Amino acid sequence: MVTYLDHAATTPLRPEAREAVVAQLDAAGGNSTGSHALARASRRVVEEARDEVADAIGCAPGEVVFTSGGTEADNLAVSGVLAATGGTVVCSAIEHHAVLHPVEAQRGHLAPVTGSGLVDLDALAQLLDGLDDVRLVSVMLVNNEVGSIQPLAEVAAVVARHAPAAVLHTDAVQAAPWLDLRVVAAPAQLVSISAHKVGGPQGVGALVVREGTPLRAQLLGGGQERERRSGTHDVAGVAGLAAALSAAVAERHEAVARVGRLRDRLADGLLATVPGSVETGARATKVAGSCHLLFDGIESEGLLILLDQVGICATAASSCASGALEPSHVLAAMGVPRAAAKGSLRLSLGATTTEAEVDHALAAIPDAVARLREREPLVERSGGARS
Amino acid sequence: MNVLVAMSGGVDSSVAAALLVEAGHDVTGATMKLWGGASDSGCCSVADVDDARRVAQQLGIDHFTFGFGDDFEADVVAPYVAAHAAGRTPNPCIECNRHLKFDRFLRRADALGFDAIATGHHARVERSGGAWHLRRGTDRAKDQSYVLHMLGQRALALTLLPVGELSKAEVRARAAAAGLRTADKVDSQDVCFITATGGRAGFLGPRLDLAPGRVVDGAGNVVGSVPAVQLVTIGQRRGLGLPGGSDARFVTGVDVTAGTVTVGRAEDLLVDEVVVGDVTWVDGPVTGDVEVQVSAHGEAHPARFEVTGQHAGCVRLETPIRRVAPGQSVVLYRGDDVLGGGTAA
Repeated sequence: MVTYLDHAATTPLRPEAREAVVAQLDAAGGNSTGSHALARASRRVVEEARDEVADAIGCAPGEVVFTSGGTEADNLAVSGVLAATGGTVVCSAIEHHAVLHPVEAQRGHLAPVTGSGLVDLDALAQLLDGLDDVRLVSVMLVNNEVGSIQPLAEVAAVVARHAPAAVLHTDAVQAAPWLDLRVVAAPAQLVSISAHKVGGPQGVGALVVREGTPLRAQLLGGGQERERRSGTHDVAGVAGLAAALSAAVAERHEAVARVGRLRDRLADGLLATVPGSVETGARATKVAGSCHLLFDGIESEGLLILLDQVGICATAASSCASGALEPSHVLAAMGVPRAAAKGSLRLSLGATTTEAEVDHALAAIPDAVARLREREPLVERSGGARS
Repeated sequence: MNVLVAMSGGVDSSVAAALLVEAGHDVTGATMKLWGGASDSGCCSVADVDDARRVAQQLGIDHFTFGFGDDFEADVVAPYVAAHAAGRTPNPCIECNRHLKFDRFLRRADALGFDAIATGHHARVERSGGAWHLRRGTDRAKDQSYVLHMLGQRALALTLLPVGELSKAEVRARAAAAGLRTADKVDSQDVCFITATGGRAGFLGPRLDLAPGRVVDGAGNVVGSVPAVQLVTIGQRRGLGLPGGSDARFVTGVDVTAGTVTVGRAEDLLVDEVVVGDVTWVDGPVTGDVEVQVSAHGEAHPARFEVTGQHAGCVRLETPIRRVAPGQSVVLYRGDDVLGGGTAA
């Protein structure tokens, strides 16, 4: 049996999404930009999907731009807005690399976060006051590593007061399974989502670009998506995205309650049975599926392999291009010392997580941590190798 | 056996893994990610990790990446910089073997429950007479026992070197026969963190104050100059700014504090003894007749070894050899057997 506790990385395909994808792959689909019957049939699938996605996020259908995933949506938001407006960009220090790296490429600025992994609103205001011509602020709704829910409405208020020329982007990729985007994403002019985090196929996502938001296309070509993103539609993909998102929305209320209970049992159980363990951030400000812990005196790289050996899939920080774990920029921004950050474990639960999986993790993790403390204790290094 | 193979992404460790699979072991591959900075030779570029992972997939074994960058920085890079700062000539690949492959990696393997580790080194581990022996690889031209001299009984008992019996040509043939994408990959030669474009100066420049030095002859006359005294090696004869025609053109001494490099004639470099520190043994101290090797692919010189301290000794050579640069490894053999080794003082 595989215990899958890596839903924040990707979550299993929902049956509704699979059905939609397969139906479209099997259909004799034309190119959705054409005018003949088969082309029109494909276009209809795309536009139905657009209606569905718009309904789930709370925007007009024309504001939905389909992309190849969350990364492209984030890149389009950052680079596309800056290309249209000039000026500079600010993002939180704990953004996903899909935002962080485009912001760095634009020589943008990072807003600090608190020890709980929440954007420091006073520091953000101060940062914005000190900068000229901020045209974009990007703050994620939910952090992918520690699960902290950002106070987006407050962020929007700070931006409106301290950088009135700026538009607000939010990476809602991790929020979609747990929060009502119609409410929480409403303050943002741009919203990124990804299909595979809500049970859709990998390789498709969307950026909501609310009417009137300045944006220059980054992929030029056939002019699809109202000339905001060229490229032949992934018709099966967007059908899968829409089906998954609708299913996630329909069961969200129930899933949050059920998964939240499982998460509490998992987190509380581990904190009680593993000495030298602490939870990262405050549980009250985390999404239901997020369990993030720090274990003293070990490196989680070894822990993840021991867990893999007994069929538990989990992760820690993000991996670099080589596949090695890199020091977490999220934990560093939260003020977690480098040595402590090495012992981090992210267990992310999802809609399909079962009681048995939680039991399995509760049984295996304490032994694995104890084994590592005995055989491969953390050696503190002053060095800071780049990764 | 449950074996963890250190896969660098090169052909030797690819074939090591393949041979262990063939032999029926339960094999897992792992690549150490040691260096995140610029690298254009050898280990741990992303492309090399990709190669190792793909070979593991082809062999049907699991593959993991170990991020040991902090250990590498502390145990290999920092001492390398410190040695150059002191005017020595360090051998970082040997320290990498000592601290990373046969210590850090071994500890990880033990923690993960493996019975043994394996690498693609051309050398042999054999057991006889109640002890583990480290022997030269069968292919003498590719023999890498020199860089493994620090292995003691504990490490050897846990180490497999599957390609030690093969020639390099056989290794490549086996890789090609198995369709491994590393079959024709060129061997890594240089220190992984020193780039061809930047060289040692490019690496060390930001890490220590490289200072120009005067080149003096035996009588103390200034005869040339060097841009960075910390980069000069005993025995060096290029880049000293010397006028042509002089026969005193070999570096015989480096004094970083005084900022001087002393040059002399080739015969001034000849020594008949080498003082060795940080000595380790394959199976306990050995004295008396040995052969001594002072570079990775150099010849073995007949000598006698005398233990002078707990980890110190003196090699007395039958025939004088060029002085060994301080920091270089001095390895003791008897025939194909590595006895141990240390670092030239």
